[in-house]
Amino acid sequence: MSIRRTVATTHRVLNQLRHDPRTLALLFIVPPVLITILKYVFQGEKNTFNHIAPMLLGIFPMIMMFLITSIVTLRERTSGTLDRLMTMPISKLDFILGYAIAFSLLGFLQALVSGVVMLDLLHVTVLGGSLPTVIGAVFASFLGTALGLFISAFARSEFQAVQFMPAFLFPQLLTCGLFVARPQMVKLLQWFADIMPLTYSVDAMKRITTNSAWTGMLTRDLIVVGAFGIAALILGSATIRRRE
Amino acid sequence: METAVKIKNLTIILGGRFKALKNVSLDLPAGKTVGVIGPSGAGKTTLIRGIVGRLHINRGTITVFGEPAGSPDLRKQLSYMTQELSVYPDLTVRENLRYFAIMSGQPRKHVNQTILKSLEAIDMADKAPNLVNSLSGGEKQRVSLAIALIGSPKLLVLDEPTVGLDPVLRGSLWELFARLAGLGHSLIITSHSMDEAERCDDLVLIREGRLIAHSSPAQLRQYTDTKTVEQSFLKLVGEKQ
Repeated sequence: MSIRRTVATTHRVLNQLRHDPRTLALLFIVPPVLITILKYVFQGEKNTFNHIAPMLLGIFPMIMMFLITSIVTLRERTSGTLDRLMTMPISKLDFILGYAIAFSLLGFLQALVSGVVMLDLLHVTVLGGSLPTVIGAVFASFLGTALGLFISAFARSEFQAVQFMPAFLFPQLLTCGLFVARPQMVKLLQWFADIMPLTYSVDAMKRITTNSAWTGMLTRDLIVVGAFGIAALILGSATIRRRE
Repeated sequence: METAVKIKNLTIILGGRFKALKNVSLDLPAGKTVGVIGPSGAGKTTLIRGIVGRLHINRGTITVFGEPAGSPDLRKQLSYMTQELSVYPDLTVRENLRYFAIMSGQPRKHVNQTILKSLEAIDMADKAPNLVNSLSGGEKQRVSLAIALIGSPKLLVLDEPTVGLDPVLRGSLWELFARLAGLGHSLIITSHSMDEAERCDDLVLIREGRLIAHSSPAQLRQYTDTKTVEQSFLKLVGEKQ
């Protein structure tokens, strides 16, 4: 592994996005706009909105980073660039970590923008404060990036890659406790939710909303999210082969 | 004569069933332009992907400069231009070259110099700040070639480097290839254009995964008693059928 090559990959990925201002705009504008819309959807139920909005900050970054990473790495696999890189004296980690860092940085910026809009403009009360809120969202985006990298190995086309989002993320979204508290679900779904990473990302945001102190459970949730992310990166690097 | 690539009883099966190469044995010379020609689906790309170490070998061996194909030491000595445009369309020409220069292990202080040299070799130094997306098809192709020139590797493996280019440009690229060979580089180039085959020092003809002929264009014409490589190729293919 080489730091120079990892940084070069991060730099290259960010450069690609810099030349694509529309994608960047969508990345930063869509989540706060959606949260704002939600505020007016729940106009009469301020408490409900205050409860849901921070959870979305644990979900949006993950979904968006998942989508972008899976498409970008799929392109890398199909356009020949990865092919070329694999004949060069690089480590697969230079490539994978370069991506993970680039998109986590973007995730951080996205979380910052959404966080400021949510806390300062929409006046959502988060007892844990703004820093843990942003930290929670960055973990979510790291997870999304890692899962996207991994999943892209199973898509043959961009059509398929896009379909993986509902196929892979929606079941988690439905059972993570956003719509119905998990104990009220059928046992089978509770078990499912217990082994899915999004559940822990959403739980972390819940804890940050309702606790003014950083709790051990919050640390545990974030460790679980991070561990899922690292596992997905390792699996993702196993799907990149030197020899086919 | 020094050998760049030694292939012995090579069989490569793709996707678990398709025999892309069948018991091929070949010695490719160093410091020459070697043309790998044959119809589409003949196994040209499979052969060179084997040489750059991107494929599992089912039977036989490939050695490059005395080492098994794909060994880590070789990665610093060869470059591979894939048939797809393996460039990032949403980066500028310079950004593309810089990234691949770093990934291919060029020392920091040589990066700018090697980028400029590569771009000048393909006559595109003035396009360095342009986005690849904004270039014409032929220009994109040349950027992809420029990346393969970075750091002047000992072995250049080029898959259809001149496809889709105009005749003038093709001519100048073949002059470049000859010049590189003159400087001691080894080049392995696939093509299905027979007039390009005439310009190679050494020719490998394959068809349906089998080696049909391996000689210089002149010897080939003489042996088959024809005037062009194209006629030789047709004659040899006809005989085998």
